[in-house]
Amino acid sequence: MRKLLSTKALIGLGLVLTVVAVAVLAPLFIAPERATQMVMTARLQPPSLDFLFGTDQLGRDLFARVMLGAQTSLTIAVLAVGMSIVLGLPLGIISGYYGGRVDNVLMRLIDALLSFPILLLALTISAILGPNLQNTIIAIGVAFTPFLARIVRGEALRIVQMPYVEAARAAGTRDWQMIVRHILPNIMPALIVQATISLAFAVLAEAALSFLGLGTQPPMASWGLMIQASRQFLDIAPWTALVPGAALAITILGLNLLGDVLRDVLDPRVR
Amino acid sequence: MPEQTGAAPPLLSIENLRVEFDGETGPIIGVKDVSFTVAPGETVCVVGESGSGKSVTSLSLLRLVEFGGGRIVSGRLWFRPDGDEAMDLAQMPADRMIDLRGDRIGMIFQEPMTALNPVFTIRRQLTDGLRRHRKLSATEADARALELLREVRLPEPEQRLKQYPHELSGGMRQRVVIAMAMACRPQLLIADEPTTALDVTIQAEILGLIKRLKREFGMAVLFITHDMAVVAQLADRVVVMRHGEKVEEGPVERIFTEPQAEYTKTLLASVPKLGEMRGKPGPEPLRIPGQPEPVAPRPPTESVADRPVLSVKGLTTRFPVKSGILRRVVANVHAVENVSFELAHGETLALVGESGCGKSTTARSILRLVNPTSGDVVMDGQEVLRLDPGALRRARRNMQMVFQDPFASLNPFMRLRKQVAEPMLNFDLARGSELQDRIAFLFDRVGLPRDFMRRFPHELSGGQRQRVAIARALSVNPKLIIADEAVSALDVSVQAQVLNLLMELQTEFGLSYLFISHDMAVVERVSHRVGVMYLGRIVEIGSRADIFENPRHSYTRTLLAGVPIADVTKRTLKESAEFKPLPSPVFPVGQERAAPVYDEVSPGHLVLQDD
Repeated sequence: MRKLLSTKALIGLGLVLTVVAVAVLAPLFIAPERATQMVMTARLQPPSLDFLFGTDQLGRDLFARVMLGAQTSLTIAVLAVGMSIVLGLPLGIISGYYGGRVDNVLMRLIDALLSFPILLLALTISAILGPNLQNTIIAIGVAFTPFLARIVRGEALRIVQMPYVEAARAAGTRDWQMIVRHILPNIMPALIVQATISLAFAVLAEAALSFLGLGTQPPMASWGLMIQASRQFLDIAPWTALVPGAALAITILGLNLLGDVLRDVLDPRVR
Repeated sequence: MPEQTGAAPPLLSIENLRVEFDGETGPIIGVKDVSFTVAPGETVCVVGESGSGKSVTSLSLLRLVEFGGGRIVSGRLWFRPDGDEAMDLAQMPADRMIDLRGDRIGMIFQEPMTALNPVFTIRRQLTDGLRRHRKLSATEADARALELLREVRLPEPEQRLKQYPHELSGGMRQRVVIAMAMACRPQLLIADEPTTALDVTIQAEILGLIKRLKREFGMAVLFITHDMAVVAQLADRVVVMRHGEKVEEGPVERIFTEPQAEYTKTLLASVPKLGEMRGKPGPEPLRIPGQPEPVAPRPPTESVADRPVLSVKGLTTRFPVKSGILRRVVANVHAVENVSFELAHGETLALVGESGCGKSTTARSILRLVNPTSGDVVMDGQEVLRLDPGALRRARRNMQMVFQDPFASLNPFMRLRKQVAEPMLNFDLARGSELQDRIAFLFDRVGLPRDFMRRFPHELSGGQRQRVAIARALSVNPKLIIADEAVSALDVSVQAQVLNLLMELQTEFGLSYLFISHDMAVVERVSHRVGVMYLGRIVEIGSRADIFENPRHSYTRTLLAGVPIADVTKRTLKESAEFKPLPSPVFPVGQERAAPVYDEVSPGHLVLQDD
C-alpha cells in the first residue's frame, strides 16, 4: 500500500487548489474595473511595483486581468469538458458495448464530426447560437465530444472482450448491470487522462474562439484572450504572453498531476 | 588454455549470480544466489514455477535483463567458447555483448507470435544476423538462410523466405525463430519455454528438432521450462529453481528417481503422468506430499442413458469470413461441426484437442456466449438454443463457466466478495446476512481465507484467483460447470491442488463437468469420459479407458504419441518427427461437410469414419 498523498499528489493538489482559490476569491478582492481600466500612459509597462505583472497594449493591469480571467477560463474549461463527458461517455459505451449496427451508425456520425477541424466546428456552433459565455461552453463541449466518445468506445470494445465480462454474462448479469459494474469502472483510468488533457485544450479553444470574436467578449478577461492579444507584442513586451501562459501552464500541470493521482487512487492495482 | 586433466572445462559457469529489479519500496530480488555450469554439448534444463527466477537467469546471460529494468548485482558469468579466452559476461562492455548475442549465443523465446517482427519477411529476419555477425554478402546470406530453413525442416523453404510471419502457423514460426538462433552456429543455445505456447504434436516436433540440432552441431542447450515432462524427455542435467534460488541440481535420472529436496518431490508428485491411470476405474486426485490425503470422487450417480444433465446434438457453429469493400461473406470458419454428446449427472466429460479444434467454441456455444448455427442443446430438459434472452439468462443459472486465464477472468476493479456475490445477486438467490454467510461458506469451501473477501484480484496469486473463479461459479448451485482450460495457466503444484479441489467439489455437490483441455495427462486424471476433437468434429469419444488404453482413431493416436511423459525411462522424442501442418477449417460458402458417421467399437466408444 503506497502513501496516498505522495509528493506528486501534494503538488498537484496544491496547484489546483491555488488556481481554484484564485478563481473563486479574486472577484471578491479585486474590483472588476481594475481589469478593464485602461491607462493610456502606461501601455506595455514591464512588471513593476505599480503593476506587479506589467500592463498590456491598452495599459490594463495584467495582474488584475489574469486573476479575474481565471474564473472565466476555468468555468468554460470545466463545464465544456463536463459536457463532452456527459455526451461522449454514453455514446462511446453504447457504441463499444453493443457493437454491430449501433456501433456503425454512431461511429459514422462521430467520424463525420471528427472530420471537421475542431475549431471550425466550435466556430460554427458558436456562430449559430450567438457569441456569449454559455454558447461558448456548448460549442467547445460539442466539439470535444467525438474525441471523448472515440476513446471511450475503444476502451469499451477492449473491455467487452475480457473474460471477466464473459464470465459475468455467463453468470446472468444484465446489460445495464454489466455497464455499471464492469465496463464503467474499467474505463475510468482512460477517461480521467483524456479529461485532464481536454481541460487544457478547452482553455486554448476558448482563446481561439475569443480571438475570432466568438468567445469571451472584450473587455472581459480570459487567459486565452490575453494570450491571443499578446501575439503582436511578443518581441517588445514578452510578459504579456508569459503571465497568462504561466497561469495556464500551472493549471494544466496541476490538473495533470492530480489526474494521474486520481487514476492511481481509483485503480486497485496500483493503489 | 593450460592442459586439462579430467573433464573438459564448462562452456558456461554461473557463479553466485544475483539479479535485482527496482521496486517502489526498494530492490526486488529476481535471482538470489545461483550457481551452475553447462558443459559443451550438454543439455541443462532449468525448471521452476513462475517467479522462480529461471527466466531472469537466462536473460542475464545475454544481459537482456538490463532492458527489463534488472541489474546484475554480483556474481560471475564465465563463458568459454571453443578456441577463445574465457570471458565474464557480467562485466562485458555493452558493445561487445552485441557481438556475442546471436553469434556465439543464440536465444529462442517463448512466444513465436511476437518474437518475429511482423513487417519483415522471413528472409530479412534470417539474414540480418548473418550479415551483421558474419559479414556475408546478400546472396551468400540468402543461400545460408535457405540452408537454415532446410535444417529446421520447414517445408517449401524457398516460398517461406518471401513470406511474412503472419502467413506462417505457430509451429512454423517457432522453426523460423530456431533457424534465426542457429544462424551463426552458436555454441550455446538458450531456449526460454520455447514450446509452452505450442500444441502437443508441434511441441514434440520442436523438441525433437532441438535435440537433433544439438547432436549434429555439438551445441550446448540451456533449456528453461516449467514442464517436468519436457525435462524428462530432453535434459542431461537438471537445475531446479524456486524463489530465485537453486533448490537442487543433478543428472536427470537422479532428479526423477531419487529427488533430494522436498520441493522437487512435491513438484514431481504434482505432475500427472500420462499412462499412470491405466486400469483405474475412475478419476483420482493427485497425492501431494505435505498436503492432506485427497478424497477420491464417487462414480457418477446415474449413467448417461438414464437422464443426461446435458445433451448436445448436431451442434454446429460457423463464423463468417468477410472480404472486399461490400464485406460479403466469402467463406465460413467451421469452428464446430456436427458435434453430439451427452453428459450424465456427476460425470466429467473431457473435450481434448489442439488449438483451433473447436473445443472452446463448443463450450461457449452451449452457454450461448456465441450463437451456434444449428443443432440442439438440451440442458436439464430445456432447449437452450430456442430460449429468448430472458429465459436464457435464467437458464444460465444451471451452467456456470470457469475460464482459462485467472488474471483476466476477474474484474480488477471489484472486490472479491462482490465478484462472488454477483451471480447470486443477479438471480436474487440471497440477500443481506444470508448472502454474506454464503460468500463466507464459498470462500471456506474453495480453501481461501475469509479476509480475502475484502481484497482485489491483483493481490492474489494465479491459483488463488482461480479458486475465486470456482467459488463464483459454485455460488448459484449450478448443475454443470464448464471448465475451459481452467488449470492450464497455473503452475504445476497449484494445478494439482485446483484439480483436486474440482474433484472434491464434484463429489460434494454432485456437479457435472465439461472439462475442456489440451493436456492429455490432466484429462486422464480427472475425466470419466473423453471426447477427442479435431477440426471442429469429435473424432473419437468413449470412456477414459477406451481413449487412453484403446485409441482407435489415427488422430487420437498421434495426439497421445506427442505427449511428453514425465518419466525418464520413457523417452519418446523422435528426432525425425514429420512436419504435419494442420488443415484449414475455412470452407467456401455453401459447402457442407457430410454428417459424421461413427463406428461403435464397443458400447459407448465411437470412432469417426474417415471420409
